[in-house]
Amino acid sequence: MLLEGWGRYPRFESEALGLGDPLAVPGLVASSRGIIARGNGRAYGDAAIGTRRTLGALGLDRMKAFDPQSGRLTVEAGMLLSDILAAFLPRGFFPPVVPGTKLVTVGGMIAADVHGKNHHRDGSFGDHLEQLTLVLPSGQAVACGPSENADLFRATVGGMGLTGIITGATFRMKPVETGWIRQRTIVAKDLAGALKALDDSDAATYSVAWIDCVARGAGLGRSLIFAGEHATRQEVSSERPDAPLLPLASPGRLGVPFDLPAMTLNKASVAAFNELYFRRGARNGDKPFLTHWHPYFFPLDGVDRWNRIYGRRGFLQHQCVVPPATAHAALAEILDRITRSGKASFLAVLKKMGAGGSLMSFPMPGYTLALDLRVTDETFALLDQIDRIVVAAGGRLYLAKDARQSRQTFEAGYPTLGRFNDLRSAIGAPGHMASHLSSRLGI
Amino acid sequence: MTENRKTMLLIGATSDIGRATAMAYAEAGWQVLLAARNVQSAQRNADDIATRTGAGVGVHALDILHSDAMPGFVDGLPVLPDTVVCVVGEMGDQERAQVEFDHAAMVFRTNFEGPSLLLGHFANRFLARGSGSIVGVSSVAGDRGRGTNYIYGAAKAGFTAFLSGLRNRLAPSGLRVVTVKPGFVRTRMTAGMKLPGLLTAEPAEVGAAILAAAEGKRGRDVIYVRPVWRGVMSVIGAIPEPIFKKLKL
Repeated sequence: MLLEGWGRYPRFESEALGLGDPLAVPGLVASSRGIIARGNGRAYGDAAIGTRRTLGALGLDRMKAFDPQSGRLTVEAGMLLSDILAAFLPRGFFPPVVPGTKLVTVGGMIAADVHGKNHHRDGSFGDHLEQLTLVLPSGQAVACGPSENADLFRATVGGMGLTGIITGATFRMKPVETGWIRQRTIVAKDLAGALKALDDSDAATYSVAWIDCVARGAGLGRSLIFAGEHATRQEVSSERPDAPLLPLASPGRLGVPFDLPAMTLNKASVAAFNELYFRRGARNGDKPFLTHWHPYFFPLDGVDRWNRIYGRRGFLQHQCVVPPATAHAALAEILDRITRSGKASFLAVLKKMGAGGSLMSFPMPGYTLALDLRVTDETFALLDQIDRIVVAAGGRLYLAKDARQSRQTFEAGYPTLGRFNDLRSAIGAPGHMASHLSSRLGI
Repeated sequence: MTENRKTMLLIGATSDIGRATAMAYAEAGWQVLLAARNVQSAQRNADDIATRTGAGVGVHALDILHSDAMPGFVDGLPVLPDTVVCVVGEMGDQERAQVEFDHAAMVFRTNFEGPSLLLGHFANRFLARGSGSIVGVSSVAGDRGRGTNYIYGAAKAGFTAFLSGLRNRLAPSGLRVVTVKPGFVRTRMTAGMKLPGLLTAEPAEVGAAILAAAEGKRGRDVIYVRPVWRGVMSVIGAIPEPIFKKLKL
C-alpha cells in the first residue's frame, strides 16, 4: 500500500503487515528482507516505510507490569504514549520524557530516541530505559539495556529501527502530585535574548522557546520562552480550588477534515497569527500561571490531523541542532534565510539540549531549531542552503523529521556512523532492515 | 476494599471484544477472571488489564468444545462470579462448511452448543445462589439466514434462541440474561473486510455497551451495540421470503 510519514512527503509503495503477537515477530523478521517497523506513523519523512515490507506494530499494545514503588513500567513496543498517560496520570505518574505529540508508540520513541522540553536536564527517552527486547534480523529475540548487550542497546536507541524490531521496553515513570504545569513566560526581543533566556532557565524542569519567524532586522529571533514545572498539590488547591488534581485530556478536539487549499497559510496569515500570538504571550508577562498538562506538552494533538493544513503536497519539517559555540551565528543566519525567503514557517521552536545520548541519537549539547515548511518547488533548495549552515556550524539533522537531507549532510552530522554500520553488519542488518530513509542516506 | 469487589468471568478472553469487555469491567472496579483455550494469549491480556487498571485478573484454561470438562471448570474457579460474559465466536469459512461437514459442525458447536452448555451450568448455579447475570454475545447474522454466512448465522440463531429462553426461565427469580448483537466490529475476525463506517463499532464500544446493559441502572435484555442496527435488521427481517431468497446477500 502507499505509505507516507506525518509530513505526507514522500510517498512510497510498501507491503504493509500488522504485528499482533510478539511471539510471531521472530518468524516474520527472519523470513522477510527490506523491512522496517512502523508505529503510529508520526515520523515526518521516510523513516517508517520499508523498502519492501513495513511491519505495523500497533497490535503490540499490551502493558506487561507496573511497580508503583519504583515507577517501573514494562510495555509492548506498539503501546501508544497516550494510553500510558491515560492509565497512569490518574495514578500520579508521568513519563520521564515526552515528545511534542502523545500519539507515538514506545517503539518509535526508542528508535528516534525522542527528546522533550526537559532534555537540558533529563536527557532523552533512551536515558530512562532499563531494558528493551529486540528481535534481530536472524529472528533471535534478545534483551538489552545499559549493562546488558550494551553495544546493541546503544545502537538500537536512536537507531531508527535499523538493528531489528523492538517488541518491548521497560522504563521508569516519575511521580507527580498533579497534572498541572506551573508555567512562566519570558519575552525575548531578539535571538541573543532567546538563547540567554533558555540558558537562564537551566534550572527549570521544562523550557522551550517559540520564535516569531516573520520578525526581521533588529527583532530577528524575537521569542517567547515557556518554562514549566509540575505543579504541587498545594499550588493547585490554592490557585484552582475547583480543578481536579489529576485531569485527563479534555475530550473536545478540533479537526482538519480535509486538505486545506495551499493558499490558507500564506505570508500574511502567518504574519498576523504570529503577531497575535506574540502580543498575547507578552501580555501574560512574567507572572507564573497554571496550565493543563495536555495543551502544555501536546498543543497540536488538540487539532486532529493537523498535517492537512499544509495542503496535498505535504510539508517538510527541518530540525537541526548546533553546538553552543556556533549557535548564535548559525541560527541567526538560518532565521535570516527563512524570513527573507518569505516561506515563513508556521511553527518555529527553539530548545536547549543537554548531553547527547546513544550512538545515533540526535541530541547533543547545544540548541535545536525546528521549522515547518510547506512543500513547494523552491523549498528544497532553501533547505539545502540551510543544511550547509548547519554542517559548517558542526550540527546535525533529526532523522525522525527528515525526508530530504543529502548523504553528505548526514555523514557530516553523525561521525559515529561507521561504528553503527559495523554493528549492523555484525548482526546481518544491511539489506535486511531497510527503510527508505536508510536507503536514501546509504546506511 | 478488594473483598467487596464483584467478580466477572469473561469467556473467550483472547478475542478483541473479550479483551475490551474485560477492560471495561476492570475499569469499573470489578475483579476479572479470563477463560480461554490459549492460556498464554489470555495471560497477555490479563497482564495488560491488571497493569492498566490495577484490578486483579486471573486466567483459567477452557475449551468450549469439551463439554465434559465444564462442570470441573465452573467448580474450579476461585469464586462463582457475579456476572459471566460469553463472547466466544468463530465465523468459520462458509464455502468450506458447505462441503466439509466437520468444519460446519465445528462452527455449530463453537457458536451454539459450547456456549449454551456452559452458560447452562452457570444458570443452574446462579439459581441455587439466587443471584447472577449472564451475558451472551450473539450476532445479527442469526436474525436471518443469508446465503453467504448461514452456517455461522444458524449457530448464532440457535444461541440467540437459547439466551431468550434462558432469560424467560430465570426472570421470575430476578436473574438477568442479556443478548448482545454487536453488528460489524473492527477486530481481527473482520480484518481485511470492507466495513461501512456508520455500522461498524470499535471493540471498546462493545465493551462499554455490555457493561451498561448488564450492570447499568436501566438494564436491557437485547442490545444492538449501534442502535442503527435495530432498524437495519427490522428492514432485513421484513423482506418477504420470495424476494429475500433472490437477493445476493
